[in-house]
Amino acid sequence: MTEEKRRLIDENGIRTDGRRWDELRPLKIEVGVVKNADGSALIEWGKNKIIAAVYGPKEMHPKHLELADRAFLKCRYHMAPFSVEERKNPAPSRREIEISKVIREALQPALFLEDYPRTAIQVYVEVLQSDGGSRVAGVTASALALADAGINMRDLVVGCAVGKVDGKVVLDLNDIEDKEGSGDMPFTFMPNLNQVTLLQMDGLFTLDEFKQAVELGKAGGMKVYQAQREALLKRYFDGAAPDSSAPAAEMMEA
Amino acid sequence: MPKSFVVETIKRNQIVDALAKGKRLDGRGVNEYRKLEIKTHVIQKANGSAMVTLGDTQVLAGVKIDKGVPFPDTPDKGLLIVGAEVLPMAASYLEAGPPDESAIELARVVDRGVRESEMIDVSSLVIKEGKWVYSVFVDVNILNVDGNLFDATSYAVVAALLTAKMPRFVLDGDTVKDTGERLPLPVRKVPVSVTMATINGTLVLDPTEEEEAVMDARITLDTEDEGHICAGQKGEPGSFTPEQVLTAAEWSIAKGREIRQKIKEATAGG
Repeated sequence: MTEEKRRLIDENGIRTDGRRWDELRPLKIEVGVVKNADGSALIEWGKNKIIAAVYGPKEMHPKHLELADRAFLKCRYHMAPFSVEERKNPAPSRREIEISKVIREALQPALFLEDYPRTAIQVYVEVLQSDGGSRVAGVTASALALADAGINMRDLVVGCAVGKVDGKVVLDLNDIEDKEGSGDMPFTFMPNLNQVTLLQMDGLFTLDEFKQAVELGKAGGMKVYQAQREALLKRYFDGAAPDSSAPAAEMMEA
Repeated sequence: MPKSFVVETIKRNQIVDALAKGKRLDGRGVNEYRKLEIKTHVIQKANGSAMVTLGDTQVLAGVKIDKGVPFPDTPDKGLLIVGAEVLPMAASYLEAGPPDESAIELARVVDRGVRESEMIDVSSLVIKEGKWVYSVFVDVNILNVDGNLFDATSYAVVAALLTAKMPRFVLDGDTVKDTGERLPLPVRKVPVSVTMATINGTLVLDPTEEEEAVMDARITLDTEDEGHICAGQKGEPGSFTPEQVLTAAEWSIAKGREIRQKIKEATAGG
């Protein structure tokens, strides 16, 4: 800690990639990118390139694990060997197993699994290039892929990481900030139901910083939600909303 | 994964009805812990050890310290690795086998709390930079499951590290020699894990296994000595309101302070 660390925010409040503390990296989302899948989405967020694909509801394997009253939700988060600086061993790591679990649990509150008893719904998240915040980008893409697959949903799920860099709470960490910053909080929530569905944390946050982080994560997430909606509209209505009674649009303006 | 522990509908209703009146089936309030006991120095062959009993949950942590090779990206840091195994003997529904995702999550979340608080000063656990460092392995055996494995495991790991004695190694030419001296680990902080669950919209501390079987979601937050939050994990397929998350943060700081005192008392004298 004593060694001279490079500053991640300059005297004008500008971060290493030119953003201010409350700005997102460039975000591009496209729905319907994997032809064979029932639903899919590609998200490009900073240098992240992540595809989410959904198959189902389909037959459950192994059959003895099927649930009589709801669908069994499966999720696999996986990083391509070429997605990071040093080649990643393609076998699933403990980190990937944990992230698969928290992504599944982040999506599940939004799904009416009870509408599909005795079936399986499989979500695949493949990280083609990783740039910090890949799990929340994965959740954001997965929610769209589930919607694209026509799975009944209570709400979309949006994600946005918040972190601490040079002692300041900032939105949407990039790779350098993720590695050299002093804290990271991946955060996903349902924008209309106002429910937090994924929260992880490392680093040091005071109670006040923790509160700020949750607020900032919500504000950032609402911007991501806007991009999500636009991507869905583009896929299904040529970009125009079928009606303007979108409840979250008002929250955005508030 | 299907819940392996099944609670009858009548029990579920009892738990929910009692909570509506602010009560729990074992008589606790929503923000009370079960009885916590910490015993150290229970395994003589380990460098440090601790048995933690939290209600009927019982876990045993053992520390083994040896010389090791540093990771290529951190040549100037010792190794600190936490592992946890839920033994098949710990509950009727468990079976032997490789750790499942819940066991992996448990070990990684406990590891995160210890690592992110910078409890152990790993930069002083170096014998020769890039070549030899101290390797500190903390392995936890879950002996009996009755809910809140996250906190019980964390307390056992922390108590075992606080009372561990490491060999002092010196460089002897190209090899490493044990001087025979025994030193305490370079401890800087005492992280405390606090786990909460929501059941039908009510936030409760330290859920039992029955409560876990009916909970919607779980959140674990770790704090360090100055009351900073240093690690966190939401789990299970339910959700929290942002307000509940902030209440959880406040509880984790207040309860963390009480439990840190208990851990310090139990480990006083090293």
